[in-house]
Amino acid sequence: MVFAAIMAGGTGTRMGNSETPKQYLKLAGKPIIIHTLEKFFVNPAFDHIVVLTPKTWVAHTDNLIKEAVGETDKVTVIEGGASRNDTLRNAVAFFEETFGLTDDAVIVTHDAVRPFLTRRIINENIEAAQKYGACDTVVPATDTIVESQDGTVISQIPDRSTLYQGQTPQSFNCKKLKALMASLTEEEEKILTDGCKIFTLKGEPVYLVRGEQSNIKITYPFDMKVAATMIEGAIEE
Amino acid sequence: MINEIYQLTAPRYIEGTFEDLTLTRSRVLIRPAHLSICKADQRYYQGSRPKAVLEQKLPMALIHECIATVEYDPTGTFPAGSSVIPIPNTPVESDPVIAENYLRSSKFRSSGFDGFMQDYVLMDPERLVAIDGGVNTNVAAFTELISVCMHVLTRMDRIAHARRDRIGVWGDGNLGFITSVLLKSFWPDTDVFVFGRNYDKLSWFSFADGRFQVDDVPKDLTLNHCIECVGGAGAENAIEQMIALIEPEGTMALTGVSENNVPINTRMVLEKGLRLFGSSRSGRADFEKTVAFLEQDPNAHYLQNLVGAETVIRSIPDIHEAFNADLALRIGKTVLHWEL
Repeated sequence: MVFAAIMAGGTGTRMGNSETPKQYLKLAGKPIIIHTLEKFFVNPAFDHIVVLTPKTWVAHTDNLIKEAVGETDKVTVIEGGASRNDTLRNAVAFFEETFGLTDDAVIVTHDAVRPFLTRRIINENIEAAQKYGACDTVVPATDTIVESQDGTVISQIPDRSTLYQGQTPQSFNCKKLKALMASLTEEEEKILTDGCKIFTLKGEPVYLVRGEQSNIKITYPFDMKVAATMIEGAIEE
Repeated sequence: MINEIYQLTAPRYIEGTFEDLTLTRSRVLIRPAHLSICKADQRYYQGSRPKAVLEQKLPMALIHECIATVEYDPTGTFPAGSSVIPIPNTPVESDPVIAENYLRSSKFRSSGFDGFMQDYVLMDPERLVAIDGGVNTNVAAFTELISVCMHVLTRMDRIAHARRDRIGVWGDGNLGFITSVLLKSFWPDTDVFVFGRNYDKLSWFSFADGRFQVDDVPKDLTLNHCIECVGGAGAENAIEQMIALIEPEGTMALTGVSENNVPINTRMVLEKGLRLFGSSRSGRADFEKTVAFLEQDPNAHYLQNLVGAETVIRSIPDIHEAFNADLALRIGKTVLHWEL
């Protein structure tokens, strides 16, 4: 089976003083989260999609989805966790309880605030997760990445040709993900805030899927402006 | 949903742009699967259309020949995953006399608005024709072009008198090839003679009853009706030869596009009492007949020979490569496997 988890757990503290979490802000007349969800909803590869939001936003999100795509049994909105790992756990637990996990079941996890992803990226994620067990969506790093251990002076400048910037989706074999997350120590839990990082540090290969520069994450007010200029006609609205 | 559209913004310059796409209960979301480059697309891409036309039409996504997969259909007309041929002509009114492709108000993809170089396309179900998954998808990619030839023959059948022993087709390119293949099925008892300039291209027409280089035509050959599939600078000579070889009261179909006005020997048109008709594009009925032809007709396999180049498109540079490869083809179609 193929599942999707739209991660919308953030409360948007980086989006200025907005009281509305960033995933609910409107872009081209529609909440960002709806733009993102629709990309998964229309894709027939998915058996089910779960949207994970803060507890107080579950009912609201449900209403938005009904408004956008009508009554559907393909999408469920549930509460996310306190951390990204908890949110991921909730998603896997939901799929396990509702559908059971087959050996080949995969989960495509995606940030609700990356509405520009394309069908190619989604489908290549599914293929890679099915074939390799895990994958990350990346683009080659364009800026020089500078490392500083003390935040004052440069400790090293890694070779840019081997560096990539991580985007989402990140996709995994469900059973493998569940097992690796269960094996985390308390210490590891604090450091490993990313599904792909868990796989990597546990010695599991993570395949690279080519992302797109346009697959931006809407985090800051500036990103919202960029996103609006990217969509034809969105500025006028 | 934010949809990515790959638009030609200037000759040889393609850019990904985004547009909000609102899902509705009445429209079908399709995913282009295999696309095929038409000469009109190539003219836009190369910038060989007049500057004023380019300024008016660009930016615009190219390609109007395509087979697509149904991704999401709230209308319940097509199962998800099924193959369809999208009709690029989009009428905004209907007329009891004038066909949809001749209504001046109709819009046409990759001419009046965005073509199929998109992540997704939202279409009315009546603008989609289901096609059997068993049909060769590379050929199905240029169903639109085949339907244009089907439209020509349907009109010829309606307009031309009943004596159809010998038909001449001028043009040794894709349009001439497809028209000739269809003719052999359309009127099986008719002898099809093909006229072209290039010996090597004419050799492809092995199914025809006769193939002639235009400067080496038998003196006693006459034809009941003729179809011009030349266009461009060659149209004038082709039409002149057609008028010379056609018998009185014959019908001539003009199907090739010329940017310039073409002189016609009207004296002989009058003396022979000829009928000339123009034919352009196609409508739903032509698509349905074409799909039936591709699914069932034993002659359909000849069209596989026209698949000249196949390219997988996973990035914008791949699109440029495909257009360049297409330019190098003397005959045949370039098919793009759309994986972008």
